[in-house]
Amino acid sequence: MTRRTESRSGTGRLAAWLLAGAAGLLHAAAFASTADHSQFKQLQQTFGSGPAVTTVCLECHARAADEVMASKHWTWSFPDPHSGKQLGKQNVLTSFSLGIQSNNPTCNACHIGYGWKDNSFDFTAKENVDCLVCHDTTGAYRKGTGMAGHPPVAGMALPEGTKPVDLADVAQNVGKTSRDTCGTCHFHGGGGDGVKHGDLDTSLTAPDKEVDVHMDALGLDFACTECHKTTDHQVAGSRYALTAKDPHGALMRGKDDGRNPATCQACHGNTPHKAARLDRHADKLACQTCHIPEYARGGIATKLTWDWSAAGRRDSHGQPLLTRDDHGRIVYDAKKGAFSYGEDVVPDYFWFNGKVEHLTVSDRIDPAKPVPLNRFEGSADDGESRIWPFKVMRAVQPYDRVHLTMLKAHTTGNDEDSYGRDFDWHRAIARGMKDAGKPFSGEFGFVETEMSWPITHMVAPKEQALSCVACHGAQSRLAGVPGIHVPGHHGHGWLDKLGWWLAGLTLLGVVAHGAGRAFAHRKGVRK
Amino acid sequence: MSERVYVFPLFERFWHWAQAILIMLLLVTGFEVHGTYRLLGFERAVDTHTVVAWTLVGLWVFAIFWHFTTGEWKQYIPTLTKVDAMIRYYVWGIFTDAPHPFRLTRLQKHNPLQRLAYLGVMTFIGPLLWVTGWLYLFYASWPAWGLERYLSLEWVSFFHTAGAFMMLLFLIAHLYLITTGHTVFSHLKAMFTGWEETD
Repeated sequence: MTRRTESRSGTGRLAAWLLAGAAGLLHAAAFASTADHSQFKQLQQTFGSGPAVTTVCLECHARAADEVMASKHWTWSFPDPHSGKQLGKQNVLTSFSLGIQSNNPTCNACHIGYGWKDNSFDFTAKENVDCLVCHDTTGAYRKGTGMAGHPPVAGMALPEGTKPVDLADVAQNVGKTSRDTCGTCHFHGGGGDGVKHGDLDTSLTAPDKEVDVHMDALGLDFACTECHKTTDHQVAGSRYALTAKDPHGALMRGKDDGRNPATCQACHGNTPHKAARLDRHADKLACQTCHIPEYARGGIATKLTWDWSAAGRRDSHGQPLLTRDDHGRIVYDAKKGAFSYGEDVVPDYFWFNGKVEHLTVSDRIDPAKPVPLNRFEGSADDGESRIWPFKVMRAVQPYDRVHLTMLKAHTTGNDEDSYGRDFDWHRAIARGMKDAGKPFSGEFGFVETEMSWPITHMVAPKEQALSCVACHGAQSRLAGVPGIHVPGHHGHGWLDKLGWWLAGLTLLGVVAHGAGRAFAHRKGVRK
Repeated sequence: MSERVYVFPLFERFWHWAQAILIMLLLVTGFEVHGTYRLLGFERAVDTHTVVAWTLVGLWVFAIFWHFTTGEWKQYIPTLTKVDAMIRYYVWGIFTDAPHPFRLTRLQKHNPLQRLAYLGVMTFIGPLLWVTGWLYLFYASWPAWGLERYLSLEWVSFFHTAGAFMMLLFLIAHLYLITTGHTVFSHLKAMFTGWEETD
């Protein structure tokens, strides 16, 4: 068995990788299934497509497809219990892609299915469920770019240079999900490694302890499902249903009390520190606030800004511009616009009570100020909130000047409407909105947007948690967070002024008094 | 001709100097915790402040016991007699070599202004700092003690800081006033030897 590898720099990392690979082998052996799928006759055949494999899987795992089809991984839709809105990838907006509907063949390479290339996709066809993308252990499985979720298989018309996937080999080596399989999509959200989340990137494939104390490949080596406990293919702990505060003890195994098993408290309880004073912080702060001192800590940068309005420039030869920075990161792409990145980024902090309001393409906006694409609700006094760390993504993206809504656009592919071919925003937007089934007035402009992403992975070892002075000092990370008194940062305004004035006056008084005595004494001596 | 009176027994002198050091340490570390400057670093300042505060609590347990078993607490019974004379002396007499209006004895070792000032320190500034300091220290236990609804850290911190400023003002005045004895250093010497010189 081999593990999926990504290019990483530094010999230290390479060494860690080799060790991690060895550890991974032992790990896999220890957790291997009692069923050896390579012995199964049904899997000893040449598969011409993904659905052909799924059909065989379902012969034994009869209910698996039904379970997957009930999950957000399949529906990409999530009815928000707070707002009643339909969320999920089909509905929400981000700064990273301007809507999925017209871009399905590309975006849906991360759908847990085969063939969602347009609205005709059959969400009830069980053979369209992609078992392999999550259960591959070979690292050889992948979905093709622009192939709507299908893997490239020998016999298909494949773009030049595309290596086909040996589906039989992958199918014979299926196993539990892993950081590699989850990471196939979740590390690459937003179109590249680490682009979207800031706390999820390929550095978590085999991280060292400093990058993530739980996933440490040579230590605890947690798989994602260690926290995101999965039953019946329903993965716990969604960004759409975060548990902002969990002031309870550790979960008891087997006891189903309806709690989210993916919180820190689910294992650590709410009083994990030696000092009660630190535990007390937990009634204001999320664990992540101190224990994830920075995000994008694994050596892979995350995107911090994206200016779509800058797209479309050509060089002097009329070729679309593509510019990289010193690290080899694309900072300008004529098809997409201008970007900036960050590593070891200090998060933004705000109160969060578990409710997130997501802007959809039907909501009206005020283009006079930056448009929040999502809004994390919470306050110091609602009794439900904790102060959380966030990545704030800032972008400039199109909106409808007449309808005052955000706009979707066709930004992928190479057809006549795709922005990347002719750099015609009007056509790309018209197509994006048409495919989304939403109106477009024909007049568009660009507006600044902000989108917040909660930071919860890349937990540092406790020695590297934030020190007191990160908040309790003149320069405080929590500066500007309302409703808290941070000793060492917040003084007492007028009391401090009055106190120091009085101290100064007293000092001046006694010095003057002493000087007077000395003066009088000298005169007295002379007399 | 000056006389000598034995006014400060050994324990009282120990109490005084230990307390002086502890209070100054508390002021230095406390104002760092408050954010006024950086010296030890916030975390070490908090730890030091806490240890020193508990040490002072221990010292006070002994001091209270001592005051009541020896009857020395009576030295702090407030009086207004001669307060006006004392004030006149500090404002005027001290510059003209007028005689000190208070004659110190073993049974009355503090002048009326000292009595008032020390009583104020021990019954107002001290307790204010203690109560708020304890609440601060046991912030983590507020919910368990049912105090969560009645207190806010901001106000506890406010009154603790106010107490600290009062203690600082006392300290400045006290340090100066010890130079107003028979000679500039006679009060200071008395605090070491126990023997006070009088006019």
